[in-house]
Amino acid sequence: MSAGTLYDKVWELHRVADLPGGATQLFIGLHLIHEVTSPQAFAALDDLGLSVRHPERTVATVDHIVPTTSQARPFADPLAEEMLATLEANCARHGITLHGLGSGRQGIVHVIAPELGLTQPGMTVACGDSHTSTHGAFGAIAFGIGTSQVRDVLASQSLAMGKLKVRRIRVEGTLQSGVYAKDLVLHVIRTLGVKGGVGYAYEFAGPAIEALSMEERMTLCNMAIEGGARCGYVNPDAITFAYLKGRPHAPAGEAWERAVAWWSALASGPDAVFDDEVVFDAATIAPTVTWGITPGQAIGVDEAVPTLEQTDSDERPIAEEAYRYMDLRPGVPIEGLPVDVCFIGSCTNGRLSDLRAAAAVARGRQVAAGIKAFVVPGSEQVAAAAEAEGLDAVFREAGFEWREPGCSMCLAMNPDRLEGRQISASSSNRNFKGRQGSASGRTLLMSPAMVAAAAVSGHVADVRRLIATPSSPEPAPTPA
Amino acid sequence: MSATPFPAGPIQHCQGRAVVVPGDDIDTDRIIPARYLKCVTFDGLAEGVFADDRRERAGDHPFDRAGNQGAAILVVNRNFGCGSSREHAPQALMRWGIRAVIGESFAEIFFGNCLALGIPCLSADHDTVLAVQAAVAAHPGALLQLDLEPPQVTLQADGEALAWPLELAAGPRRMLVSGEWNGTAQLVAHDAELRATTGRLPYLAGFATA
Ligand code: SF4
Repeated sequence: MSAGTLYDKVWELHRVADLPGGATQLFIGLHLIHEVTSPQAFAALDDLGLSVRHPERTVATVDHIVPTTSQARPFADPLAEEMLATLEANCARHGITLHGLGSGRQGIVHVIAPELGLTQPGMTVACGDSHTSTHGAFGAIAFGIGTSQVRDVLASQSLAMGKLKVRRIRVEGTLQSGVYAKDLVLHVIRTLGVKGGVGYAYEFAGPAIEALSMEERMTLCNMAIEGGARCGYVNPDAITFAYLKGRPHAPAGEAWERAVAWWSALASGPDAVFDDEVVFDAATIAPTVTWGITPGQAIGVDEAVPTLEQTDSDERPIAEEAYRYMDLRPGVPIEGLPVDVCFIGSCTNGRLSDLRAAAAVARGRQVAAGIKAFVVPGSEQVAAAAEAEGLDAVFREAGFEWREPGCSMCLAMNPDRLEGRQISASSSNRNFKGRQGSASGRTLLMSPAMVAAAAVSGHVADVRRLIATPSSPEPAPTPA
Repeated sequence: MSATPFPAGPIQHCQGRAVVVPGDDIDTDRIIPARYLKCVTFDGLAEGVFADDRRERAGDHPFDRAGNQGAAILVVNRNFGCGSSREHAPQALMRWGIRAVIGESFAEIFFGNCLALGIPCLSADHDTVLAVQAAVAAHPGALLQLDLEPPQVTLQADGEALAWPLELAAGPRRMLVSGEWNGTAQLVAHDAELRATTGRLPYLAGFATA
């Protein structure tokens, strides 16, 4: 059993009571809500005659259903309008802060909470959204919950939880140029499988992890859930503190010093005991692309679609299903596969450094003929920062559309979607059948820089070559 | 669509016909496609259950076959309910009529979401699940009896009873059997303990004091 890890320490600090069913009642430090999974929870609260226990610990935004072309109200889609109106009414009635459209702070829930300094080390964070694992980048214990649990957190600021085991994913070495946190996490999922993390929290550690920026750590933890781990985290360090300092909800003055001391003490100690450990070498990881219908069906851009013989026997049925659905033959190289739509955005890769990396590839190049390419900043703050440094112009000049913030084509709850059998290069996190809005649409997951490379090439391309041959004399912007 | 009332109170047994949806890694996007999430109540979700798969199979999906209408026990394979945390998935299954699920394994969030609705997800090894699926196929319309203590499923057919042991962890089993699976009241009742916990979390006061 794990001991002395950040997970163990945060768990103990937030323990409220042991429940008769064997679960632990855990206090939730930060509860994030959005328009999709909260309305039924508020309705259930009313049915039980309960009020919100700690309205100041819940923060709301709207992301899934917002259109990214025009955000004028009322929305063209009456259902979307009803969902946002319901969220607004619920927040107003219960005294919950809502970062709405045009507030300057709206955006994808997993983008705005970190950038506002709401997410901090040592917290428990819950949200009715599986990618809540993102917040683990700060050394928080963050996990997605269902609507009944959203109701429970609203009613009691706590949840009935079972404790997870802790697996340390140690990553040695250095990532090559053109290889990003997205590639790293796709590589981990490819290796351990989409179910490999079930029952575990993942602690990401080692020199390659310590070298990552906070935004890269968010990408990494975001996809822990795609590997089956309900939460993933990185121990807080100087990079974490530097990111948080000065953010609207971060402590300031003397409180800042006390916070840093408390946060630092929570990191897994040298004697921490893990239930399991897996070691990776960052230097061996290539830009990674999914070819199938689960995030684990991923290969290096220089590899070919695996054959059945190369596939573990229990993975063969889903591989065969993927060949059929994706219309891909085993043994075919992934590089050169033509794409129709290129999407840069989502809570995985819709932050400023993601847009910088993609813009560095797009700068001075042109989106290939017949390809629809668009960029959706993760939040209003990301959009403003990107526009301030002219990234929107870089994208527009290259032939990308520059959109308003939201979840967009990550999932089919707004007007952005694939049509028919279109195939997308997407910086999002899920390549499930139908995920991007067409029941036969196909998704290739990759890093934002790789999406940009696909857009300007017209097909899956190795971004390392495009970076090696800059298309314009201007220096690439420095990553955050 | 479902005539049976939604789960309430202690859940020790469940009886009904079975519907088999074979395949590993059936994610919640497939159980209920995202477009059906555009709603502010769960009421109309039954029609969206497996909507894309059903359209693809043009009437031949297990949820469309005439003999499966009214089934209460869903039998699946490995890692059922992976992907998005949407509670709309168990809600849609429940509103279609499902009251219990048997499978090789379940995604954690899906399992928890089902538990919170009073829908037990029981597991068994690969061979056992295949045997249950084969028996259901061999005896269309047969009644299954599911027990939680001890967890097992029994199929009555041709005057004989076939039984298989199932697994359900002690914690969730206690919650279902005692009727405490809907634990909101329990959580709310621990207000003094909650205050004690908040007292040791300096971030709640903005690290105002040392
Ligand atoms: S961007 Fe995609 S994964 Fe992230 S919160 Fe939105 S819909 Fe979910």
